[in-house]
Order: sequence, then C-alpha cells, then structure tokens
Amino acid sequence: MFLYVLSRIARALITVALIITLAFVILRMTGDPATIILGPDAPPEAYEAFRRNWGLDQPLFIQYLSYFAAILKGDLGQSMRDGRAALDVVMERVPLTLLLTVPALLFNLVIGITAGIFAALNRNSWIDRAIMTASVTGFTVPSFVMGLVLALIFAVKLKVLPSGGSETWQHTILPSVTMGLIGAAIIARFTRSAMLEVLGQPYIRTASAKGLNWTDVVIQHALPNAAIPTLTIIGFMIGSLVAGAVVVESIFSWPGVGRLLVGAVANRDLAVVQVILILIGFTMVLANLIVDLAYGVIDPRLRHSTPAK
Amino acid sequence: MTHSGKQTIFKPKQQDFLIDVRGLTVDFDIGNHYVRALHGVDLSIRRGETLGVVGESGCGKSITWLAVLGLLGGGAKVSGSARFDGQELVGLTPRQLTAFRGGRIALIFQDPASALNPVHRIGRQIAEALRLHRGLTGKAAKEEARRLLDRVGISNAAQRLNEYPHELSGGMNQRVMIAMALAGEPDLLIADEPTTALDATIQAQILDLLRDLQAETHMAMALISHDLGVIADMADRVSVMYAGRVIEEASAEALFERPAHPYTRGLIGALPDIDGPRHRLEAIPGAVPAPSALPPGCAFSDRCSHVETICHKGPPILGLVGGEDDHSAACVRLDAIEDQELNLASQPSKLVHQRAGLQEGVEA
Repeated sequence: MFLYVLSRIARALITVALIITLAFVILRMTGDPATIILGPDAPPEAYEAFRRNWGLDQPLFIQYLSYFAAILKGDLGQSMRDGRAALDVVMERVPLTLLLTVPALLFNLVIGITAGIFAALNRNSWIDRAIMTASVTGFTVPSFVMGLVLALIFAVKLKVLPSGGSETWQHTILPSVTMGLIGAAIIARFTRSAMLEVLGQPYIRTASAKGLNWTDVVIQHALPNAAIPTLTIIGFMIGSLVAGAVVVESIFSWPGVGRLLVGAVANRDLAVVQVILILIGFTMVLANLIVDLAYGVIDPRLRHSTPAK
Repeated sequence: MTHSGKQTIFKPKQQDFLIDVRGLTVDFDIGNHYVRALHGVDLSIRRGETLGVVGESGCGKSITWLAVLGLLGGGAKVSGSARFDGQELVGLTPRQLTAFRGGRIALIFQDPASALNPVHRIGRQIAEALRLHRGLTGKAAKEEARRLLDRVGISNAAQRLNEYPHELSGGMNQRVMIAMALAGEPDLLIADEPTTALDATIQAQILDLLRDLQAETHMAMALISHDLGVIADMADRVSVMYAGRVIEEASAEALFERPAHPYTRGLIGALPDIDGPRHRLEAIPGAVPAPSALPPGCAFSDRCSHVETICHKGPPILGLVGGEDDHSAACVRLDAIEDQELNLASQPSKLVHQRAGLQEGVEA
C-alpha cells in the first residue's frame, strides 16, 4: 500500500513538472508580449527596456531555468499588466470559480450516478431509453449552446433568473446548472455501463443465490464494484471543471478564473496565463491522484498489488 | 428381448422426492421473439441422493436449476413445475424465493474466483449467508464462519476470514464457496461444474470434500458436469441432457453399463481408454444445434447414425428401456438399436480406473 501511494505521488509530481514546462513552451511560442502590451508603435528603446525588465532578452533556455527555479521558490512572477504578483491576481478569483464548480460537481455526481444506476437496473426499458437520450443530448451539446439556451429560457423568457453577473446567489444557478448538466450526462453514461458490466458478473449471481434480496444485491455487491470504473471518470470531471468554467464564466459574465484567463490571453499577460494553466493542470493531477488513492481504498486487489503491475 | 416392443411411457414413482421438476420450460426474450431453451425438463432427486446432470455446454443443465430458483433474470419466462419438499417453486415471487436460495437450496458455481465478490472479505461473504438463514450476526457469525472454513479444510481459518478472494487459490475459493453454501444448512446442494475450473488434483480433493459433507449432513446433491468421470465417481443416478431436454435417465451403474440413447452411447464411446490399446478417439459428428434452429422431431437426429424418417415426426418422450424399471430414454428407435453391438463392456471399469488414477495422484 505504501509503495502504491508513493508511486502515485511521484507520478503526479512528474506530471505537474511537465505541465509547468508545457505552459512555458506554449506561451513563448505564441508571440512577443512586448509588441502586444506596448503596441506596435512604441519606440524600439521601450521594447528593449520591457524585454530586459521581464528577462525576455535572455536565451530561451535560461528563461526556462530561471522560471522553473522561481516556481520552486513559490514565485510565479508578476502580472505584466499591473505588476501585482500573478498568483495573487489568480487566487482572488479562485473562490468565485469554486462557487460555481462545487455545486456543479455535486449536481453532476448526484444526478449522474443516480440516473446511471436507474438506467442500468431498468436496462432496455423506457426509463433506460429516456435517461440515455437525455444523456446523449447533454454531452453532445457544447457548453456555450447549453448555457445560452438555459439563459434564453430562464432569464429571457421566464425572467426568473439573472442572465449574467455575480451580485446574488441566484446568479450562480444558471452557470452551475450548465456545467452540472453536462457533467451529469457523462457520468450517467459511465455509471450505466459500469453497472451493466458488474451486474453480469458471476458474483452477482452468487449474491442472489445466497438469498439476498435484489436491493441488497445491488447496494452491497454491485455498487462497490461499479464504483471502481466510475471513479476514473469522476476524477476526470473534477479536473476539467475548472477548465470548463472558462466558457461558462464568459457566457454568464462571472468574474472567476475562467474569465480572468480569457482576458489575460487577450492581453498577453504571460505570468497570469501561466499561473492559470498550472492551476488547471494541478487540479487535474490532484483529482487523479485522489482517484488513484481512492482506488486503493475501494479495490483490495490494487491495494495488494505491486505498483509496477 | 422380452419386452413388448411398444414404448412404455416413463412415470416416476411417487416416492418422497426432495425436489421434483416436471415439464420445466424456459423461454428467453431476445428482443423481438422468444427462444425456448428448455423444452419440458423432468428431473427428481431423493433425500440424500446425488443426481448427476450431464450434457454438453448449452444443453440446459445449468439453466434448469437457475430457473428453479428464479435466478435467470427478467428476460426469461419459466413455466412447468418444480416441487421442493411439497412446495411449488415455479411462480413464487422473488421475495418468496429468497427464503429458499442459499438456505434450503444452496448453489456453488464453476469459477470460484469470479463467483466471489472481489471487494469483500471472505468472512463477510460467509457471514452474510449466516445472517440471512440462521440469524447469526457479529461475533457468533464470525465464529461460525471460522468453523465452516475449518470444516471445508481451510487451514488458518481465522486469518483467512480477513482475506479477499484474490489472495486465495482457485481450490481454496471453491472451498469458501462450499462453506458459504453450508452456512444455510441446505437440504439440496446444486453444484454447477464445481471442479471444471480447477486442476486435476484439486478436483479430486473438492469431490472428496463434497462426498464427506454429504455423508455428514445427508443433503441431496445435483452435480452438474460435462465430465463423465466426475459423474461416474459421484452420482447415484444420472440424467443426460441434450438441447434442452432430458434424453436419458438411469442409475449411474445402469447408465454406464447399458447406455440406451444413441447420444449417451456416443458420449461414453468418446471417452479415451486409459490403459487399453491406443486407437483413434470416437467423436460424435456435428455440433449441438442452436436453440433457435432445432431440427423437427428428435433434436439429436442430425447427428445420429441410427436416424430414420420416424425420428423427424416429433420430439421423442422418455420411455422405459426394455427390461429395466428405473432406466428411461427418449428415443423412438430404442428397440431397433438396442441389439446392436456397442462393445461397452469395458467402459465402467475404464471410468473407475481414471478416477483411481486421479486419487493416487493426490496421495503421491
């Protein structure tokens, strides 16, 4: 178990390092920040001063090393716009994003898992077909379309919810539901197939043959096994919630990390973009690490196997 | 031959059968229509008796018992009758059936590793059966589970209770399954290919264990197998199934010495001889027809070397084999083929030799 945990943590750290590197490479390749921030008409001395100031005149490799060294010290650079620490600029937006993503996550877990289980238990019935039709619709519609349609219905037509902004708690409902519906659709589908797979296993027949009633067979024997593959997709969902917030926050003018990213990209505010990319990568890695560790708790076969396996 | 030449319809004597299955049919819903998998199966087992159920894969030998206990799921339509100790089981609600499942009627399955839940400890899985059928919980259940593991020959029982199925070998897991089956103190144990997934020495040990337990508890047993050696070794009576029907039924001795149905003759003839001269193995030509594509009349007619036009008239019913009152077969040409030499004289001893070889292997 100890080796298992250790190997998962090591793997997570390596992934984070790769993400940090990737963030650097991609941002340096996509254009010169001096030109964009100072504008095309600035005098050449101004460009030079700006580049010297931000270390952009150094060879790329040196820039990379000093960037990496700074990150290890916890220094993620300053916003090129207003000179404040980029980490602070991002972190003050994080709670706002969590205000959307945490309810969205709860929504998609509760609805998605319940729907998936019901669909599997009523396989090929109208319940199953209805749930799966809704699910396919949910995850094939892009989030901006879903968001706009919901806004159109509840804000424009019914006028029961605000279409954008962040003044009251009602403002969180539409963006959360948009993200939650899409996530629920995906989780329902995965839960259903995981359940169907498990319900076909011989140990389910054993549990019935033992004299357990069907409800207990499902709760005590099917669900713990179906949870194992479902966890994988849940980890993925948690990781992608922050990334998904980029689109949804823009639609609903929600001042979270997602909208900050859109602004920072447009402004070529490298340090801020870097911090957000690393943050998104870090959530994904963390979510997957938690999932890996949870596997170990749920599945005794993993707990006892060697990490090399 | 002394008998009249007319088929006598086989009627079971009204003895105290523990379980008496009559005319059991199963139809599977495959979307737009039903496919019949069992075409009226008749089987019965007396108290303390072992009935061997033999047949190729897909002949319905497992489905029969799953149907009796309502374990086939919603896609299967079961009709006919299965009286267990006077109580009709066909038509009971799932909730009523749970009282029989794992209690008075226990099952063990072919692949013990996948028949046990991988995420629960052995102890918990046995304790579950103890709670359901004997109302034991907590410490009492744990102690009884330990005793059962001990009884089925698992050393270190107390420690094994806390282990998971993947930590045990196949043979050990089958012992756990047997312990779990014993938890309900069953009157009838249905053993569905209990040794097929195990290697030969373990096979012999598990069969010995089953035999011992049966002697001790006087439970009846339905031993489902396609291994004639296992059947010859264990069964008092044998039912041979083919394509969803019982086609021959007799005492084990009579069946192996005087198989009547061409299919049974073929099965026994196909056994390799362990110490006779080497010769090419006899095989039954062709394959079992799919349930959706049965020939009219006798389902075996396509593969039978004794086939005549009469065989296609309708499915034959079980009739007494001439001169015997506890041996029946479903073949309209019994009289005609009975006299044909099949040179089976050495067969029963051949089987006994094979088993003996296995047992010696265990002790060696």
